[in-house]
Amino acid sequence: MSGHSYDSEKYWKANLRLIFGSLIIWALVSYGFAILLRPMLAGIPIGGTDLGFWFAQQGSILTFIALIFHYAWRMNKIDEKFGVHEE
Amino acid sequence: MSQFAINIMFVGGSFLLYILIAIWAKAGSTKDFYVAGGGVHPVTNGMAIGADWMSAASFISMAGLIAAGGYANSTFLMGWTGGYVLLAMLLAPYLRKFGKFTVPEFIGDRFYSKNARLVAVLCLIVASVTYVIGQMAGAGVAFSRFLEVESTVGLMIAAVVVFIYAVLGGMKGITYTQVAQYCVLIIAYTIPAVFISMQLTGNPVPPLGLFSTHIDSGMPILDKLNQVITDLGFNEYTADIDNKLNMVLFTLSLMIGTAGLPHVIIRFFTVPKVADARWSAGWALVFIALLYLTAPAVASMARLNLMTTIYPDGTAAEPIQYDERPNWVREWEVTGLIQFTDKNEDGRIQLYNDVPAFQEQADARGWNGNELVVNRDILVLANPEIANLPGWVIGLIAAGGLAAALSTAAGLLLAISSAVSHDLIKGSINPAISEKGELLAARISMAVAIVVATYLGANPPGFAAQVVALAFGIAAASLFPALMMGIFSKRVNNTGAIAGMLTGLGFTLAYIFVYKGWLFIPGTNNLPDTPENWVLGISPLSIGAVGAIVNFAVAFIVSNATEEPPVEIQELVESVRYPRGSGQAQDH
Repeated sequence: MSGHSYDSEKYWKANLRLIFGSLIIWALVSYGFAILLRPMLAGIPIGGTDLGFWFAQQGSILTFIALIFHYAWRMNKIDEKFGVHEE
Repeated sequence: MSQFAINIMFVGGSFLLYILIAIWAKAGSTKDFYVAGGGVHPVTNGMAIGADWMSAASFISMAGLIAAGGYANSTFLMGWTGGYVLLAMLLAPYLRKFGKFTVPEFIGDRFYSKNARLVAVLCLIVASVTYVIGQMAGAGVAFSRFLEVESTVGLMIAAVVVFIYAVLGGMKGITYTQVAQYCVLIIAYTIPAVFISMQLTGNPVPPLGLFSTHIDSGMPILDKLNQVITDLGFNEYTADIDNKLNMVLFTLSLMIGTAGLPHVIIRFFTVPKVADARWSAGWALVFIALLYLTAPAVASMARLNLMTTIYPDGTAAEPIQYDERPNWVREWEVTGLIQFTDKNEDGRIQLYNDVPAFQEQADARGWNGNELVVNRDILVLANPEIANLPGWVIGLIAAGGLAAALSTAAGLLLAISSAVSHDLIKGSINPAISEKGELLAARISMAVAIVVATYLGANPPGFAAQVVALAFGIAAASLFPALMMGIFSKRVNNTGAIAGMLTGLGFTLAYIFVYKGWLFIPGTNNLPDTPENWVLGISPLSIGAVGAIVNFAVAFIVSNATEEPPVEIQELVESVRYPRGSGQAQDH
């Protein structure tokens, strides 16, 4: 593996970008919707309570799952694109 | 057949299964012992991570915590799942690419320092030992309740079973028993939940039931619950809270701590490829979510069930007579986990929140204090009895609780014993040790770790109750930042990393000790552990996230003031970032 080629730098940047985007959503659903922004979501009713409560007890977990599978799937594509995937 | 016989059958049957797996999956090499040979399928590994992760606390205590705290305790749900996002993106794939056997080994190699490795070993051992004591004690309690043996005897039986498959099979034996244990625990957890959800809402899927209509009242179940408990002076279940800073930091500490716990990280070393490490994290969270999405439903429904049991004609009417209490209350009274005192001597069970704000209403009804104390840990264990489910479900719960405790204990014991045999013995004391010698050393370390854990489980020291503060605090403040910087920065050097780990750790422990007592010795705390005394309202349980920030900051400042890491270390960092070639990187 050539450690310092131009491509490998671009590969790492692509990974960092994907991580950064994923972590923004990760923080938004848990620290945002479920905690800090909950009062703003109070107007959206769901089954006897509000959307913020749903994010705190279910929504954030479901989003985390989607984030990981999306990351794994996208990274496999990126690995292949830059030729650093494993056979 | 008696309930006792059914319980014996379920628990005995599950133990027999684990032992058969152990005989089948015997470890032949150190690679087998440390990383199960490195060929575990990502879905299999995801399931094993699920069992490794979900401890007696997740299985037995979590629903009770949520039932008691409502919305405020959603922190546990988010905190104990959100860490997997961090693992999948920030740690697991790169540590898998590194391709060695232990967490301290990466820290030692990346920061080219034996001292860094030893600091990591110390953090790992303190965090894991604290954690394992709770598992062993939990197994003892499950035994004493369901199999009517002394808690210590139950502990011994559990230790012998773990001994057989962990010493014989190492990570290989543990992996496949964890898969079996996951199946047992998830079935045991969901079956009663499905029944209860059906009874209360008609919806067989508990997470959907949580937001459905309560059949008896025609109201949404959460509305009904809010109404019943506020009538009795408790806070609204879904109420928002004021101290959001602490809620954020507590959740963050649990997330970072989860990602930094060595017994979880080493499970990612068992898959063949880097891509598999990423998939494993996703599958792990799917399997974990099956329980974590069920738990909040169980929490609210069981709490409502308990309230309607005590107040069958509504909160405005009188509660039930003590003599007419249901059978499960009688049975749990024997264990002391439910306690009744007839304070106003009217023969009825007054269950309410005995606070000044409710005093007037209580006086008006002739109530003289709350009369029923229910230990929140019994919520899940008593669930089948509360819902009048058949005896085999109770047997299943017994086997499930033990599976949760034993699978986590085994994972922790492996993390401890591999740190001793691989990092201390091979890494420091006797680097020339042969493969055979190291395998033997690994088995002996495992055996010793089990004996120590069993002893501490039977005689829990004061710090055993501080799993969240100690294990998650240490993992968040010392291990997670060191691992992450080792991958994402080429500039952080040995001096910076060690300084960061020690200050992060020191800061976190000092803050915890100020409120909880130095080394948790009662009476040695400098300030009372109450919200008014916390700095900015940050609880000692939430400080790990701040400790992590301290660690990052110190490591960067010190590294930038000292020399760059050598070229070969920068190349090592490059190499862990690219998946290709992980198959070759092995420890020989």
